[in-house]
Amino acid sequence: MRFYILLSLNALTVASLYFLVASGFSLIFGLLRTVNMAHGAFYLLGAYVGYDIASYSGSWVLGLVGAAVAVAAVGLAMHQLLLRTLGNDELRQALVTIGFAIVVGDLLLAHYGGITYQFTPPDALYGTTPMPVVKGYPTIRIVVIASALIIGLGLWLLIHKTRLGMLIRAGVDDRDILSAMGFNVQRVLLLVFALGAGLAGLAGVIGGSALSISPGEDARFLLSSLVVVIVGGMGSLAGAALGALLIGFAEQFGLAFIPNYATLLTFLLMIAVLAVRPQGLFGRG
Amino acid sequence: MPPRFLVRHPYLLLVLAGVLFPLVGSEFWVGTVAARALIIGTMALSLTFLTSTAGLVSFAQAGVAGVAGYTLALLSPNVTGVGVEVAWPLAVGAALLMGTLAGVLVGWVSVRSSGIYLLMITLAMSVSLFYLVSQNTEVFNGFDGINGLKAPVVWGIDLRAPLPFYGMALTAAVLSAAAVLYLDRTPFGSQLHALRNAPRRVSALGFNAVALRIVAFGVAGFIASVGGVLNTWFSGQMSPGAVDVHAAVNLLVVAVLGGIRHPLGAFLGAITFVLLENYAASVIDRERFNLVIGVVFIVIVLFAKDGLSGLINQLRVHLNPAWTGGRRAKTRRKAA
Repeated sequence: MRFYILLSLNALTVASLYFLVASGFSLIFGLLRTVNMAHGAFYLLGAYVGYDIASYSGSWVLGLVGAAVAVAAVGLAMHQLLLRTLGNDELRQALVTIGFAIVVGDLLLAHYGGITYQFTPPDALYGTTPMPVVKGYPTIRIVVIASALIIGLGLWLLIHKTRLGMLIRAGVDDRDILSAMGFNVQRVLLLVFALGAGLAGLAGVIGGSALSISPGEDARFLLSSLVVVIVGGMGSLAGAALGALLIGFAEQFGLAFIPNYATLLTFLLMIAVLAVRPQGLFGRG
Repeated sequence: MPPRFLVRHPYLLLVLAGVLFPLVGSEFWVGTVAARALIIGTMALSLTFLTSTAGLVSFAQAGVAGVAGYTLALLSPNVTGVGVEVAWPLAVGAALLMGTLAGVLVGWVSVRSSGIYLLMITLAMSVSLFYLVSQNTEVFNGFDGINGLKAPVVWGIDLRAPLPFYGMALTAAVLSAAAVLYLDRTPFGSQLHALRNAPRRVSALGFNAVALRIVAFGVAGFIASVGGVLNTWFSGQMSPGAVDVHAAVNLLVVAVLGGIRHPLGAFLGAITFVLLENYAASVIDRERFNLVIGVVFIVIVLFAKDGLSGLINQLRVHLNPAWTGGRRAKTRRKAA
């Protein structure tokens, strides 16, 4: 019993992390139709920048905020310099973000080297939190789950209860009409891109604290984001949440019971969804 | 003016250049650089074939080549001590078969997706393969992979020696490229063109669009497998590194550099890639090759829509030499 609860908690932790990264990826795709292949690189960049800020200032929270802001800025720069010039050519946009990811990944490797970094989160997040049945669970992992819940809720409120959210939803449905009605769509696009990139940076610090930071994490989180949105449906927040849960549980239970073939479970899950609903569980169209 | 049949078939010049290259190149250039370019080119050809004829962009071709590579490795003598040893022609046959089946599987799974969705799904499949082979110690020996593989010795000739290996790689590349160029002109090729331009009408006209796509992926899988087999012999080992996300990205980079809308762009891209690899190393740090290739890639995507082959085409139209029988030549003849 204890084993299963622990396993579920681990799955929930991984799913929360996947949701944090994939929600930004999905948000950007929903509105801009851009497949941001640099999303994993954004995650890694956030982790390293957050690590630097946290170790200079001694404040983990400052690192968290700083990473989100810095990555949002890098995301904006990429959008303005590289993506905007390509118009609506989705394939070339995806290709450019791949190039950008290669460059960022290599610069990070040059600067930080191949070693593994480990955050020192504040004392309050250190150690374990007592819990029934399983006795205790690492506090930092509970923080991961809690932050995914908070950010998920925050995004839901933003999209469904605010004026900006209304613009985003309208933009997802029909960008041209929204623009024709006199709204500054370009500004909304920029905001969403910054938000999505910032979320990846934020997730980098949270994920880097719960796990560790090393080169290669960018590919891992790009893949998880891809699978999550393929399963959950592009551009849907609920889809990202459900997709992340499914993938997180499939991965952790797979690793526990069939360690040699764990990936096949995720793969089969993806094939099953594609066969029944090619647009993803919550996808439209 | 070059002989008439060379003007008619300019690609023969390329084959001729390939055959004559060992006369001028050193052993290193022939056996290492050029052979590697041909192998990468053959793998990338499977991608440019899909894109130029059927309009499909796949990230899974490196993975498909990897399936062939792993099959070959598991059926060949190796120092890791995994798999079953069989006669080499059988191992090669099995590798090509498994690779083709992997290509068919990719096509079948992604059959309802196109454009960037296809790109994402094929990438997800490719990386799934990477995690499978790197986590699985039972069959694939996990992260260390399978080492100590040797190319066979046939009639006393070691196929891994520089010259024979180059000959083999060149033959494979020329045959694959010829097959792609030939397929392009067959009814099957026309149907793929139609599938690229108007998939709905293809179905409406009674063609089986699903089968067409899957067969196209199968053909691409076979070509990628040819590259995969050669690559395994070339490097003498097979490890998850050959199918990781960088391998998948590199293959796409090669195809886009050369021009993804022309089948032969693959080889142009591969030569550029390998040359950059060799020269960028001496200009800046060898470690920073990815930075160079990333920047070159961005520049090509932003400023040269059809890659280097597109640039060459533009240049050719611009210069339009008289002996190609171009438009300018005709007007000149008229004026005379």
